[in-house]
Amino acid sequence: MATDPVHSTDEFLKGLWRENPVFVQVLGMCPVLAVTNSAINALAMGMATTFVIVLSNTLIASLRSFIPREVRIASFILIIATFVTVVDYLIQAISLEMHRALGAFISLIVVKCLILGRAEAFASRNTVASSMLDGLGMGLGFTFALLCLGSVREILGSGSLFGLPLFPAGFQPWVVMILPSGGFFTLALLLLVFNRIRSRQQQRALLSGETTQ
Amino acid sequence: MTAPARVGRMYRALVGIGSLCGLLIVSVFLATLPTIEANQAAYLEQAVFKVLPGAVIKRSFYFDDRAGFRPAEPADTPGLTVHAGYDAAGTLVGIAIPGQGMGYADSIRIIYGYAPRAETIIGLQVLASKETPGLGDRIEKDPRFLSNFTELDVSVSPGGQSMAHPVQAVKRGEKAQPWQVEGITGATISSKAIARILRESSRAWVPVIRREIDVFQQETRDGD
Repeated sequence: MATDPVHSTDEFLKGLWRENPVFVQVLGMCPVLAVTNSAINALAMGMATTFVIVLSNTLIASLRSFIPREVRIASFILIIATFVTVVDYLIQAISLEMHRALGAFISLIVVKCLILGRAEAFASRNTVASSMLDGLGMGLGFTFALLCLGSVREILGSGSLFGLPLFPAGFQPWVVMILPSGGFFTLALLLLVFNRIRSRQQQRALLSGETTQ
Repeated sequence: MTAPARVGRMYRALVGIGSLCGLLIVSVFLATLPTIEANQAAYLEQAVFKVLPGAVIKRSFYFDDRAGFRPAEPADTPGLTVHAGYDAAGTLVGIAIPGQGMGYADSIRIIYGYAPRAETIIGLQVLASKETPGLGDRIEKDPRFLSNFTELDVSVSPGGQSMAHPVQAVKRGEKAQPWQVEGITGATISSKAIARILRESSRAWVPVIRREIDVFQQETRDGD
């Protein structure tokens, strides 16, 4: 089935900005706060989630006519859990250190409402190509948000970014930033910035609309 | 659609998806298993060489209740396996011993190096821990805390059956004896947990290793 290119771009872009899973939908808060104490952990969790959401959306969309409505949630969870298990093995094969750092949060991807939400609201009602793009946009939007949090927290809390020191030897790290409370502070700050930018964009769009009229 | 047909469709969907998922998991498991095992072995080897400075050869021994130590096999329980480290000349540097115990957040798994000649612990590495980032996880990074484990006394009593001085945790700045572990301010529970794990593990392993030290020396002479 052919897909309209403008429509496809929109499916992809909405997850990155307009419907960003963290900054707009405020979903998946548990890993967002727990694993973003460093940029590398944030990136790894974001990539793992993207992998799961893209593949589960694709498979669910391709099987949507085969899955009866009564057992759809059970089927979606089975598919999501499978890809989470797959990503768990892959991370162990790529880096044990990374697997250690992410700990139980890899297994907990299975209960992320973001993934089940996209399966139910989008993949079960749309084409394979649209569902894949939706998953990719949402996954990358989630990764972007995690990376923002992880970078701010690592820079202030450890004085480094991706493990590379950024400050002179005398820098005293703000330990609170890599503790759970630092996650809440950073998230609140980023939500404030993100909403400010969005409201400015909306105001500008409104003004340009009035000028055209 | 009739009720039996609807139920049949549900069964077909669930069994079909279940089989597909099972097949996918088994395929990925089998495909990644050799790499995961190689990573785990490399990680363990790296840890053994880190806690036994100077060692370049590793041999693993399994402790059997009846027969004592024997060369380890892949099916042996990891908790009852110790790793002897030898230098380039084949001389025994020490024995890396695994230990485990409860920390602040969850169980902490460590490996530490025991030098039988000096009767001291000469290195320690945390293999797995979920201690609080920035506080409890300093047991892995704090240089002053880790310096406790370069020459920690774990000598046995004259009879060889028990420890002369069990490992003891003390506050920072209060270390006066070579068997004491100086804690970390702000990570008291985690640092005390490390001292406790070492105390219990050394109490269980050190007298047995000393009794059967020839097994490890013998392996050096055989040197395959």
